Amino acid sequence: MRLSPTGALRHSGSLFAMALDVIRTIPRRPFQAREFIQQAWFVASVTILPTALVSIPFGAVIALQIGSLTRQLGAQSFSGAASVLAVLREASPIVTALLIAGAGGTAICADLGARKIRDEIDAMQVLGIDPIHRLVVPRVLASMLVAVLLNGLVSVVGVAGGYFFNVVLQNGTPGAYLASFTTLAQLSDLWAAEVKALVFGAISGIVASYKGLTAKGGPKGVGDAVNQSVVITFMLLFVTNFVMTAVYFQVVPQRG
Amino acid sequence: MGVEICVEGLTKSFGHQVIWQDVSLTLPAGEVSVMLGPSGTGKSVFLKTLVGLLKPERGSITIQGRDITRLREHDLYEVRKLFGVLFQDGALFGSMNLYDNIAFPLREHTRKSESEIRRIVLEKMDMVGLIGAEGKLPGEISGGMRKRAGLARALVLDPEIILFDEPDSGLDPVRVAYLNQLIVDLNAQIDATFLIVTHDIASARQVPDNIGLLFRRELVMFGPREELLTSDEPVVRQFLNGRMQGPIGMAEEKDAAQVEQELAALGDGDRTQSPGSQAMTPRLLPGPGIPRPPRWEAIARREAELRHRKVVADA
Repeated sequence: MRLSPTGALRHSGSLFAMALDVIRTIPRRPFQAREFIQQAWFVASVTILPTALVSIPFGAVIALQIGSLTRQLGAQSFSGAASVLAVLREASPIVTALLIAGAGGTAICADLGARKIRDEIDAMQVLGIDPIHRLVVPRVLASMLVAVLLNGLVSVVGVAGGYFFNVVLQNGTPGAYLASFTTLAQLSDLWAAEVKALVFGAISGIVASYKGLTAKGGPKGVGDAVNQSVVITFMLLFVTNFVMTAVYFQVVPQRG
Repeated sequence: MGVEICVEGLTKSFGHQVIWQDVSLTLPAGEVSVMLGPSGTGKSVFLKTLVGLLKPERGSITIQGRDITRLREHDLYEVRKLFGVLFQDGALFGSMNLYDNIAFPLREHTRKSESEIRRIVLEKMDMVGLIGAEGKLPGEISGGMRKRAGLARALVLDPEIILFDEPDSGLDPVRVAYLNQLIVDLNAQIDATFLIVTHDIASARQVPDNIGLLFRRELVMFGPREELLTSDEPVVRQFLNGRMQGPIGMAEEKDAAQVEQELAALGDGDRTQSPGSQAMTPRLLPGPGIPRPPRWEAIARREAELRHRKVVADA
């Protein structure tokens, strides 16, 4: 791939064009329910286990950091509150994003890329079937759904992990930990996290599909496409995360 | 009933590299045409442009009064239903077995019942000789079978135009002969417009009504089979005879002086040979069991006459 300023612009342009196509195509009937269910199941099956395994140590690290921080500040009674807040607001959407992009997005990109270089996509277009409608929309929706569900899983596992580390390993008081649960966090934090997960799922699905459908140059091209799709998705996700967090703080009044 | 394709002034380039320019030709309705050309002259690109997968820089492609280079994506999908395309490796969907692959267009585009779909699919599979392989996955079968399955899939929607991208590449000579016979039989049966992109000279001599030759970024010639086979144009002669002497070189093209020298060295032997005697390979006719439409009746009569004249001349 040659690096040129216009090339980068062109790629961003066609990525957004495809995102618009996807949005425009979502309402078109018939909805590909079968493909959607298959893809949702597939993305879930490749992400659930790694997500659970990643979120336990992630919850633990947050618990460790907050445990020592609150001790230093003399605010042990707030360790539960802080830990829930951190897991719910930041950790779980980010972990979800990493896994949806890393496990789900790569699989989608490799699958579509392999079909592209075998001319399957061209064949589909010639048979009068729009690959955006038939393949991309179900995949994007599936990765959005799974991201939302995974976000719930990460929150639960992360909070439980935090509780375990704080109470069992750092000798925190279970009562204080639980009692402070809702002093800082509120329900809108959970909704915000779910919305973030939804957007992250959409971004990773669209980028993976875009890179897969534009793969060229044989098997090596598919490898490159997968690589680029992960890198681009991560960059977009972290920027989006920042923007959404900033907006959230402006829009939703905070406690305390 | 077959549809005419009218191509005018078509030019395609990738970046600064011109693939071919100013290609104008008409594929007559219901006839078989072959597009020849050395490797890498953009034959496959031409085919993909015809179905609107690639957008040309200039020119028009008119099918049923519509210019497909200017159609919106949505209308393009409608026009594409006229086409059946056989891709180089069959381009079957790897995750489906052969039956589902061939049934796919029917399930997507028609409201036919499963039993009706089954009847059509089995009929087309029988046509290409794949009965018994319905449950196989594309990865489990040979290249020849994949091609035939791709052809069956291209046929299920009863297309008006069928495009073949190198149907003979990677096949042994016997299978190529069978495939050529299949193409001719199909043309007699379904009457669609055929375009075959290939560099197999033997097929090009036997099968088509018309031949075109792409070389040096342009269409060197396009016309009836007899005209091309008896042509004195150096590029056409070199390609159809598959020899080294002539304008086509290993890498690209040769310089004029060298070509001149080579053709001279080839001597008068080549030129004095009357073009008709060696160049006119008998044309492949539909098999015995196939009912021939009037067009093929006429062709068969002409072929018989030619053969008769040859026998008389030889005697």
